[in-house]
Amino acid sequence: MTDVTMTVNGKAVSGNIEGRTLLSDFIREGLRLTGTHVGCDTSQCGACVVHVDGKAVKSCTMLAAEAEGADITTIEGMATPDGSLSVIQQAFQDHHGLQCGFCTPGMVMSAAALLAENPSPTESEIRKYLEGNICRCTGYHNIVKAIMAASGQSVAGVAAE
Amino acid sequence: MPKDHGIGARNKRREDVRFLTGTGNYTDDINLAGQAYVHFLRSDVAHGRIKRLDTSVALEMPGVVRIFTGADFEGVGGIPCGWQVTDRHGNPMQEPAHPVLAQGKVRHVGDAIAAVVAETPAQARNAAEAIELEMEDLPAVVDMKAALADGAPKVHDDLDSNLCYDWTFGSDDATVQAAFDSAAHVTTLDLVNQRLVANPMEPRVAVGDYNRASDESTLYTTSQNPHVIRLLMGAFVLGIPEHKLRVVAPDVGGGFGSKIFHYAEEAFCTFAAKALKRPVKWTASRSEAFITDAHGRDHVTTIELALDADNNFTGVRTHTMANMGAYLSTFAPSVPTYLHGTLMAGNYKTPAIQVNVKAVFTTTVPVDAYRGAGRPEATYQLERVIDKAARELGADPIALRRQNFITEFPYETPVAVAYDTGDYTATMDKLLEMVDRDGFEARAAESARAGKLRGFGVNCYIEACGIAPSALVGQLGARAGLYESATVRVNATGGLVVMTGSHSHGQGHETAFPQVIAEMIGIDENMVEIVHGDTAKVPMGMGTYGSRSLAVGGSAMVRATEKIINKAKKIAAHLMEASEGDIELKDGQFSVAGTDKSVAWGDVTLAAYVPHNYPIEEIEPGLEETAFYDPSNFTYPAGAYACEVEVDPETGKVEICSFAAADDFGNVVNPMIVEGQVHGGLAQGIGQALLEAAVYDADGQLLSASYMDYAMPRADDLPNFKVDHSCQTPCTHNPLGVKGCGEAGAIGSPPAVVNAVVDALQRGGHDVTHIDMPLTPGRVWQAINE
Repeated sequence: MTDVTMTVNGKAVSGNIEGRTLLSDFIREGLRLTGTHVGCDTSQCGACVVHVDGKAVKSCTMLAAEAEGADITTIEGMATPDGSLSVIQQAFQDHHGLQCGFCTPGMVMSAAALLAENPSPTESEIRKYLEGNICRCTGYHNIVKAIMAASGQSVAGVAAE
Repeated sequence: MPKDHGIGARNKRREDVRFLTGTGNYTDDINLAGQAYVHFLRSDVAHGRIKRLDTSVALEMPGVVRIFTGADFEGVGGIPCGWQVTDRHGNPMQEPAHPVLAQGKVRHVGDAIAAVVAETPAQARNAAEAIELEMEDLPAVVDMKAALADGAPKVHDDLDSNLCYDWTFGSDDATVQAAFDSAAHVTTLDLVNQRLVANPMEPRVAVGDYNRASDESTLYTTSQNPHVIRLLMGAFVLGIPEHKLRVVAPDVGGGFGSKIFHYAEEAFCTFAAKALKRPVKWTASRSEAFITDAHGRDHVTTIELALDADNNFTGVRTHTMANMGAYLSTFAPSVPTYLHGTLMAGNYKTPAIQVNVKAVFTTTVPVDAYRGAGRPEATYQLERVIDKAARELGADPIALRRQNFITEFPYETPVAVAYDTGDYTATMDKLLEMVDRDGFEARAAESARAGKLRGFGVNCYIEACGIAPSALVGQLGARAGLYESATVRVNATGGLVVMTGSHSHGQGHETAFPQVIAEMIGIDENMVEIVHGDTAKVPMGMGTYGSRSLAVGGSAMVRATEKIINKAKKIAAHLMEASEGDIELKDGQFSVAGTDKSVAWGDVTLAAYVPHNYPIEEIEPGLEETAFYDPSNFTYPAGAYACEVEVDPETGKVEICSFAAADDFGNVVNPMIVEGQVHGGLAQGIGQALLEAAVYDADGQLLSASYMDYAMPRADDLPNFKVDHSCQTPCTHNPLGVKGCGEAGAIGSPPAVVNAVVDALQRGGHDVTHIDMPLTPGRVWQAINE
């Protein structure tokens, strides 16, 4: 068993865990932050994406022990301080960028990471960036539209409906 | 002006806030005090006899609570099948037992042999590896044709053969033969509608719980229809009456059909929780989902289309082998029969149609309904053979379709369904407005300059959904009614709670249903709360599948709300000392016709619960009503789809340049949600056309059992979609005039893609008439080069 300490959504947290504990398990089971989802076991689906020191990481692919001292943000930390939806979250609602909601936390975390490194991505850049996030409900159309909108770009070019 | 509330408004989804902030409540988010975890030891061979199963070492492993094997389930019911198909001689299908844990034999990779319950998931998994298992390997039965051959190894020793049923449907032999004998042209096509995996992003989860004080069992599960699970598991597997069994399906992360069915893991967790007197939880890994979730499609078909000298369709004849897998999943027998054969008329007035289906047992994962279920298979055959016929005859594929459209409604097909409304010319016209056909040649020339081949494909579809009239499906072998129920509870202060048997797994019910109720009463949607997914809260329900939630569940809500309004009018009449017949309800106000007297909705609801001034002699206090709605027919959404592709002949890679869908869903309650449903359906249909396949090798090993191997459509595989639902012929037999929209995209899109690719290759001078899906670069390259 190992002790780990990290900051999650601005709060210092610690735990005593088995060395093999994945970061996703620590977040979900240790911290009971169940917004981070696990949709596959091969690091393909991206439902578990969180930010580790500002970078988008599939939390099922990282040991919790590797996150020692790190600054983690999960979907629970994405709303504005007054509790209202952030620009990206709001854009997902406005443009119907989610249906069942299971892939959504990972999508939002990936979208935030994309816009942090590329504030005005093209549609094609968005689609390529989301290669590691699988959505089975939306056909991605409205996710792409939401991210375009969140970046302040016109969505008129994204086929109307 | 688009409406800003009620029916027709693009209301944003209220459920989104919790999903976007990580506060959704999916089944795997539920942990109960004292919970243990189960790991299933699953077969790694397709077919085998268990010679020795020794759990003694595993039992001594750390944290192990108990290990269950098939012996623990002797005398417990098997997983039931909900539909019995009979052949035309009246003989019932062969129906094998489907044990919760293997009884002596395994029949597919993934079949559960033993279940280890331990204090942690890791301990359960470790101990499962320590179970000693000796298996006598038996020959795998994978190919359907081989499975039906004389002397083929039998999947079920106690059945006569691997043939589940041999079903013939539609026009009689003489009628169909006459159509083909007199045909001026016959087009024949052999095709495969490949096996798919539904792959909702949330893997299945089950948590069983048992209350010793009340003797009540509770199952939390990832289900599209908790009441159906309560009935199937309670009555047929575990022998628990409904009043001692609660099934809860909280937020469900997609389903697409795969979460309709009752699965062994649900029964196991409920059984084990009672046996161990503590909660037992199972969470599927994705790999486990691939080898246990019911698969979809898997048909091998020959279709023949007969045409007269004027290119009128005169006959359709099909022969299909449909894979059932190793056991009969809940709805499996109905998919290749009544959800497929009944759709073989398509949008066309073909007078003679006969469908033959042989359902086959193989040593593979059971196959059942996946988005569209039977209807994509029907549409694909028909729309591919029509395209091939057009090519053979030198006819324009659109003109050939138009000429054969059904144009008068209601229309009785030769395959036992009656279309109530439709306008196939209108959706085709709309489609052609949406695509720039005139510019095609210029785009094709541009592609040619880049060494690419461009193609355009079109198809129509019709589907029967809004499942289903109980009396009709009862005659066809369903073992359940397919009505829906709704209870509308009005609170004293005027708010409403609607308890519906429809359950959302992403369709936005919590947003769309209140739009209907709010419209009827003239109140704000925020006064209406939707309760679903819990058998303890919702009296009865049949769930969400077959694009039925609004058409059937919504209709039940309308009927219950009508009862509410009728009673409220009686109360209002009393309060205003007027005659009930003079009371009008508008914008949440009851008024007396021709006067300025009125009382508000809230005054009436309060009077119902504080009946100081109340017509107590005539009606009871309170304001709560239940309605069961059983549809009198299916609904028949239809449309026309077009796809433009670019094929790289060097690599065989297909790129979708554009995709357009013109649908007729009748009236639309929330256009935003409807468009989202179409987008998702298109993605799954395009995924089937280009990317996805569940592939078994000859030994019955599933080669595509992870996202490394099963090609899920990703964002950069798909285009933006053009969708339209402005052509609206309202359904004539439900109170909302709505048709289902959830499956259309998946039903209508595969043939458009394949037609477009064949068109591209033909235009490029390649004599390719068909390629089986998925149209991977390898298959396309092979078709070009061989």
